[in-house]
Amino acid sequence: MFDDFFIRALVAGIGIAFVAGPLGCFVVWRRLSYFGDTLAHSALLGVTIAYSLEFNIAVSIFLISSAIALILIQLQKKTNLPSDALLGLLAHSSLAVGLVAIGFLTFIRFDIMGLLFGDILAVNKKDLITIWVGGALILLVLRLIWKPLFASTVNYELAQAEGLNPDRAKAVFTVLLAAIIAISIKLVGVLLITGMLIIPTAMARNLSDNPKKMVIFAIIGGLLSVFIGLFSSLEFNTPSGPSIIAAALVLFIFSLLKVKQTIQLKN
Amino acid sequence: MSIGNNILVKLNNVGFQQNQKWLVQGVSLQVEKGKIVTLIGPNGSGKSTTAKIALGLFKNIEGQVEKFTNNIGYVPQKISIDWTLPLRVRDFMLLTDNLTEDVIDEALSLTGVINLKDKSLGNLSGGEFQRVLLARAISKKPDLLVLDEPVQGVDFTGEIALYELIKEISEKLNCGILLISHDLHTVMSATDHVVCLNGHVCCSGSPKEVAKNSEYKALFGEQASQTLSIYEHKHDHVHANDGDIKKN
Repeated sequence: MFDDFFIRALVAGIGIAFVAGPLGCFVVWRRLSYFGDTLAHSALLGVTIAYSLEFNIAVSIFLISSAIALILIQLQKKTNLPSDALLGLLAHSSLAVGLVAIGFLTFIRFDIMGLLFGDILAVNKKDLITIWVGGALILLVLRLIWKPLFASTVNYELAQAEGLNPDRAKAVFTVLLAAIIAISIKLVGVLLITGMLIIPTAMARNLSDNPKKMVIFAIIGGLLSVFIGLFSSLEFNTPSGPSIIAAALVLFIFSLLKVKQTIQLKN
Repeated sequence: MSIGNNILVKLNNVGFQQNQKWLVQGVSLQVEKGKIVTLIGPNGSGKSTTAKIALGLFKNIEGQVEKFTNNIGYVPQKISIDWTLPLRVRDFMLLTDNLTEDVIDEALSLTGVINLKDKSLGNLSGGEFQRVLLARAISKKPDLLVLDEPVQGVDFTGEIALYELIKEISEKLNCGILLISHDLHTVMSATDHVVCLNGHVCCSGSPKEVAKNSEYKALFGEQASQTLSIYEHKHDHVHANDGDIKKN
């Protein structure tokens, strides 16, 4: 069954949608979408390192993204620059360094477009194992830190005062973000992973009045985006990543209708 | 948990500075089971800072904080809920603890907002939100309650009822309460111990002692010290130290 490249891509996408939904909710709630972008950009550097050292790509991306996240946290403490400037600094410099490094690796044939925007043809059986095992681990860890992470998202001081550990939860969550970027790069690509995290979530926000509902709708939105995106990618021969994200955008636009209705009801 | 000791939290000569400025310095106080300790003082006198030190929210403080419980309920002075996070009152109640429906209902009923259980937090008025905050803090039956201006924005009759509720809770749950309040009337009537702050401890003691203190008068004006006597005139009995009530 997994011999067909399209089935493989579909199975990969389903796995990623299940993980991206809940993580994406936290990215939106904690206003981390630019942070996600920074980690994703640094992933390119991870890919380059993986190729030149003949190392596992997902593991390499995960390590580099985590390292960038740690550097960011240190810079936030040690400099007077605002967070968005630091994020921009790290995002673009790691993207640039990654691209320069690729330029040096002339002995390897690179599919830059595939790296940036995803390539369903590239998803192999090993990737499926990475996505599903990695994804299950991510969800398990997220479940464990859910309470402190959620409470501190609502109010940091309240969570800390009442004995939860917000700093640890935040650090673990950052690592989880690096992990989902590592497992989803082949399907969605470096530039669009954050879209996979936040667009279905934004759609879900329009349809929900409580956090649990929002997570469930985000997962459903992600699944639908993967289905619609991949089928149209196959049909129109478009890159998989942009097709999935475009599908998510269409779903988001439909969800706006619901918002309009609620606003009208209120009036 | 310490045995044979009613102290829940003890601050020993604590201070905290931010940007080379001392927000508060040299504060010592302790909160015991079943007792209400109130912090009073003008704006910027370090009341909230002191409460946060007691809660362990700051690193790099001067002095020592000894905490003998981890079961704490906190009502912060300011809290803003981001609209990107859809949150109903019932979700908010479960924020730091896993409570049963019955426990949630009981707490919301006590503060008079059970009808708001399924409402979105963003749609509440200031006073309603304050009642929900208080309900959430008491619902987990804490050993220590830290209430930073818990009735701000609550209507006048509600304010009195909530202060009565706070006193009731301290007796019923036998929990200690660290209260920050601007309302001298309430402070003087419902408190066991008053700490008057102005960057440092100006004076502290029973409400009666504090009202007589000259620094307190200087800080709040002569009128403020009358507050207690006005209140006391309504009393037709006195409390003896052993808890006996003697009619005047």
